[in-house]
Amino acid sequence: MGAGHGHKLHYHGHSPVHRLPAHVKILTLLGFMLVVVATPRDWYLAYAGYLGLVLAVVWVSRVPASYLLKRMVVEVPFVVFALLMPFIATGTSTQVLGLSVSESGLMSAWALLAKGTLGVLASLTLAATTEPRDLLAGLERMRVPNLLVQIMGFMIRYLDVVTDEMHRMKVARESRGFTARNVRHWPVLARSAGALFIRSYERGERVHLAMLSRGYTGTLPDTRRSSRR
Amino acid sequence: MSTPVLDVRGLAYAYPDGHQALYGVNLHVHQGERVALLGPNGAGKTTLVLHLNGILTGGAGSVTVSGVPVAKRNLAEVRRRVGVVFQDPDDQLFMATVGDDVAFGPANLGVKGTALERRVLDALDRVGMADFVDRPPHHLSFGQRRRVAVATVLAMEPEILVLDEPSSNLDPASRRELADILTGLDVTVLMVTHDLPYALQLCPRSVILSDGVIVADGSTYDVLTDDALMSAHRLELPFGFDPRAVRASRAG
Repeated sequence: MGAGHGHKLHYHGHSPVHRLPAHVKILTLLGFMLVVVATPRDWYLAYAGYLGLVLAVVWVSRVPASYLLKRMVVEVPFVVFALLMPFIATGTSTQVLGLSVSESGLMSAWALLAKGTLGVLASLTLAATTEPRDLLAGLERMRVPNLLVQIMGFMIRYLDVVTDEMHRMKVARESRGFTARNVRHWPVLARSAGALFIRSYERGERVHLAMLSRGYTGTLPDTRRSSRR
Repeated sequence: MSTPVLDVRGLAYAYPDGHQALYGVNLHVHQGERVALLGPNGAGKTTLVLHLNGILTGGAGSVTVSGVPVAKRNLAEVRRRVGVVFQDPDDQLFMATVGDDVAFGPANLGVKGTALERRVLDALDRVGMADFVDRPPHHLSFGQRRRVAVATVLAMEPEILVLDEPSSNLDPASRRELADILTGLDVTVLMVTHDLPYALQLCPRSVILSDGVIVADGSTYDVLTDDALMSAHRLELPFGFDPRAVRASRAG
């Protein structure tokens, strides 16, 4: 793949993990996550084993740990929720660092953190080692309905376009002295979101026209050319 | 005279909301011509373009492309013959890579394998973008995206290339590069534009669409230097641009 490593989650490389067919990686991730979620939360050793396994895959893939760590911030809302749980949950309480916390809450928090972190780390590893278009091709090979794959493809293509548009709207708002500081500013943000939705919808219609103009009949044609992939 | 590549007769169209955009348009474009379609905003230019490949139909009149009428049964053939390049390349480039996007049109026509590869590389080569075949479109500059958009249509080997505002949002260098590419192509061109110097540079012939009818059809030089005609249809030459001076300097 020439220089096609532009996506923010993808880390360009040629490790065995990168080279593995996408559908194998997707199925592995899915299987792994099902096993993790099904594991009783007090089997601590099993969780250590899972973490070891994911870290081993990361090590083989040669994706730098810092690259993955930075992207793990998506988990922060769950971490916050997990940290709150021991204080909110009811039931028998226990002492941790001089604080009285709920025992079941503590266990739930641990389970949420452990399963969440494993899931995020494993998914990021998949994203870092697989090009978006290969992921789509993998899903197609797994017989995921063509329409769903098409929708995901368009999402990947237009995510950056829409993000840019959102950013320009933010700059335009701020240029007129608006910054969202508290809840009272949310209606403005909501209207911006609405405008963004309408714009994206209209873009969708224009894209559809452009597709029809080039002979689109409802299914994406096979654009693979002999000497590639 | 030979069959025109594009033969529009008495085309009228009203949008479903009742707004009438076209009131009987007559236009002929012959093989190898490069024609500029000029007109103020809201004149119906885009509506006309969308009729040329059958996206819009149902009004009065007819559109014929090299003898093939634009009608439901001929849509696939008409869309191969009429290549429309839309204004915003982000609307036109919807696939994951430049190569896939250029392949989209010919693949819809059933071209496969090595033949498809050849079409893609050939089309990209004609716009000077062959090195970018595996890039995602979003990471190209605007001018590069516009050129790829032209390639996506060239790959279908159209008989007429219809360009909607090809020079909009381009910096002067990209604008000139695109002009070089367009003049080098051996294909009939209909170019919708507000960029009058561009029309004079690229198109020997111009037509003015105003309020849904063609009000002028002649050499671009004659149209642009007819001050009464120009001001009657809200067309203005940019500051400092004089077609007569351009002709003098070209001649001299």
